[in-house]
Amino acid sequence: MRLAQAQEENSALHETIYGELTRMQVMREANRCLYCYDAPCVKACPTHIDIPSFIRKIATDNVLGSARVILQENPVGASCARVCPTEDLCEGACVLGEQDEPIHIGDLQRYATDFVRARDVELFVPGALTGMKVAVVGGGPAGLSAARELAVMGHDVTIYEAKAKLGGLCTYGIVPFRLPMDVALWEAEQVVRLGVHVRRNTVVGKDVSVDELLHSYHAILLAYGLGKVPRLGLEGEDLAGVLDAIEFIEKVKTGEDAGQIGDKVAIIGAGNTAIDAATSAKRLGAKEVTLFYRKTAREMTAYPFEVEFAKQEGVQFRFQCTPLRFVGDGQRVQRMELVETELKEVEGRLLAVPKPDSMFSVEVDTVIRAIGQTKLSELADLFGVSEHEGAIRVDNGCRTSHPKIFAAGDVTFDKGVAGEAMVVEAAEQGKIAAKSVDRFLATYWETQEQIF
Amino acid sequence: MADLVVNLAGIRSPNPFWLASAPPTNSGYQGMHAFEAGWGGAVWKTLGDPIVNVSSRFGALHINGQRMIGINNIELITDRPLEVNLKEMREVKRQFPHHALIASLMMDCNRERWHELVKRVQDVGVDGFELNFGCPHGMSERGMGSAVGQVPDLVTMTTEWVVEVAEVPVIVKLTPNITDIRYTARAAVKGGAHAVSMINTINSLIGVDLETGYPIPNVAGQGAHGGYCGPAVKPIALNMVAECARDASVSVPISGIGGIATWQDAAEFMRMGATTVQVCTAVMHHGFRIVEDMIDGLNQYLDRHQMASAMDLVGTSVARFTDFGRLDLNYKVVAHIDEKQCIHCNKCYIACEDAAHQCILRMVDGDGSERLVVDETECVGCNLCAMVCPVEDCISMIPLESHIIKTAHVG
Ligand SMILES: Cc1cc2nc3c(=O)[nH]c(=O)nc-3n(C[C@H](O)[C@H](O)[C@H](O)COP(=O)(O)OP(=O)(O)OC[C@H]3O[C@@H](n4cnc5c(N)ncnc54)[C@H](O)[C@@H]3O)c2cc1C
Ligand code: SF4
Repeated sequence: MRLAQAQEENSALHETIYGELTRMQVMREANRCLYCYDAPCVKACPTHIDIPSFIRKIATDNVLGSARVILQENPVGASCARVCPTEDLCEGACVLGEQDEPIHIGDLQRYATDFVRARDVELFVPGALTGMKVAVVGGGPAGLSAARELAVMGHDVTIYEAKAKLGGLCTYGIVPFRLPMDVALWEAEQVVRLGVHVRRNTVVGKDVSVDELLHSYHAILLAYGLGKVPRLGLEGEDLAGVLDAIEFIEKVKTGEDAGQIGDKVAIIGAGNTAIDAATSAKRLGAKEVTLFYRKTAREMTAYPFEVEFAKQEGVQFRFQCTPLRFVGDGQRVQRMELVETELKEVEGRLLAVPKPDSMFSVEVDTVIRAIGQTKLSELADLFGVSEHEGAIRVDNGCRTSHPKIFAAGDVTFDKGVAGEAMVVEAAEQGKIAAKSVDRFLATYWETQEQIF
Repeated sequence: MADLVVNLAGIRSPNPFWLASAPPTNSGYQGMHAFEAGWGGAVWKTLGDPIVNVSSRFGALHINGQRMIGINNIELITDRPLEVNLKEMREVKRQFPHHALIASLMMDCNRERWHELVKRVQDVGVDGFELNFGCPHGMSERGMGSAVGQVPDLVTMTTEWVVEVAEVPVIVKLTPNITDIRYTARAAVKGGAHAVSMINTINSLIGVDLETGYPIPNVAGQGAHGGYCGPAVKPIALNMVAECARDASVSVPISGIGGIATWQDAAEFMRMGATTVQVCTAVMHHGFRIVEDMIDGLNQYLDRHQMASAMDLVGTSVARFTDFGRLDLNYKVVAHIDEKQCIHCNKCYIACEDAAHQCILRMVDGDGSERLVVDETECVGCNLCAMVCPVEDCISMIPLESHIIKTAHVG
């Protein structure tokens, strides 16, 4: 099936995994909330949304006020309402969880933000101009969150975005049935409304130089996220039909034609990207979608609810095996050769090592690589900020080793430190970075001499 | 954003939301926190002669999992020394000069003693007085509180005594434990009151502990009648406010009290004539923080209705509250069930069948599916079916063609 065709209205790709909430559900749920004081859910939300307050406002039919409470703390709160792993965050902390069911915070957040999305209301206003200019590199959740905060503080912000649209992975990377593109674009629009300038289709380091930015702005925020899926380094990887998951999902989401994917699709990886690629392939009509992972279900980094959802969609899992090479007819991939693995603990780390004489092969029409995302180290090098295994090093205030450069979101994501990268984390870091930038700008002229 | 500043008989406050004289206004500590949280005014816990409070004091009515639909209490007035209260009031007023600080007073029927109390309290700089002629328990047995509020002549006389020496506006707080509150409201106006507030709590016994047989709450196994408040009393309070608002002889502003918990409750009281509203139970349930949504919600509401000031809302529905005899006997509405929204619980059917006029029919279609249909010729338009229906807006009451209301909507 052609992807473009599948993009049509009502196709499986657009049928979101959550239905519209009825008013009865919303009111029941909102009134079930205990309105706790110093509530644990607020602490569990990385952006610290005042959850009891926004829920009470739904209960009193002040839905606009409710949305404002949400978006105040989280400029991408409409996206988060759909993609946050709420079981691990706010809902996991809900005090009702022990004796009853936790409040469906994400659903209520979606209701309130949908309410304002459907209406043209002014949610926030830009602050009085400070005359300070800030460049934000990358218009994903981290960049947008920071830009919103900086604009409210009165700074003159310009976002440089490589792509045609803002929103980063929320726009291009998270499958439409979990996060429709219009949600992310609406959030971006709210930021642009505050007078934030946007240079779209502009790749920093290529279309505009790092030096130019350093000379034209009082401060710079790096929020350019991560790159494509790393190569496996295997034979046959360049055959047609061996795809990059991020590119694949982007095509699915934008409706760009990626050709046929066939009936048998193999996914390599075990994170959320792998799950998203798998469920997309399934919804595109592939009959057999199998996820191959070298370790076991326990080591998967995908959220449990995601894995559960993939199972429901009919995705199969094959653990403890790893691909060796891809074989094709010279053009398109036809077969994948794998070897089984066993888990061994080496110096405290769990490794998957190939089992001798356990090679096998499976027929495939398409293989999708989904083993994470590469770090954009070259760009970090151009800015001259220090890194740790490709992740930009920042202090508690998201400041890099360079005094006027700050960084937020996936660019700072260090595999060793955190679990999966999250939109809500990126949003919080954007806020923190904005505060630091503001503090830095307040003393800019005094510190100027020391810096340059 | 609308201007929320209101003016009740000369008492200005940054918004119409006041704390009622009750446990949340017991001390300066609470007063400071309340004003910081956004309350526009506070009526201090009633000052008077020293008393001793009992333990325990409150009982709650929970209905179907909803906690504290109503509470009753057998707490008396402040049990802290007058000097301590006055000192703290002075401090609160100093730190929040633009907020309304009202002193609630209670004293036995003695002119000199009233004068003495008023003068002492006036000295700390309060913005007004509220005379507690409403407390239904404990104090009334001693000839104070509702014992005064139930006798119009006593209301007039005592109000006169206070007005003689008061330099700030005097509000008289009325008891609902009477047949017609307008009589005592008029009596207060006659005595020179600058405003009236209502309602104080309603006589009540919240329940009986079925295991011990003790009344709830109990003090060493014994109980006494208490004062009832909370969301459950709102309709009673709203009616009394509305009745006074449309009474020409009650020609003073009203501060509405009774079950107010949200901006919506407040807006209803204001539409029915209240200039300020007072809250107690909702704060006892959730804390001072609820005022944030009350302010936010009222603001959005005023914006939506294009009202620039909260004062514009006051009394906008009073003219629509009239004598029964003036209601249009020719007006008729009938129930309409939206088939698409119906979940087929048949609640409306059995309600109409057993408790109204047997005009909802259960039709069976060709395919065996059931449909509830209203027999419009039999329907009297009582609203019962719409009230029992669990789906909001599934059953609507539709005016018959010839009876569509022609007058514009208020506000
Ligand atoms: C498939 C997939 C599924 C995911 N699912 C979830 C989920 O369910 N829940 C969740 O919380 N998180 C999820 N995530 C993670 C989440 O999307 C990221 O953590 C988040 O988007 C990071 O935000 P960011 O702003 O740091 O980076 P990004 O969203 O990556 O944004 C970076 C932006 O910078 C731009 N850019 C890059 N280089 C340049 C340059 N040189 N010049 C100018 N602009 C540049 C990019 O075009 C992009 O717009 C998922 C990620 C993927 C890939
Ligand atoms: S942003 Fe995410 S974690 Fe925070 S309250 Fe909303 S759904 Fe929960």
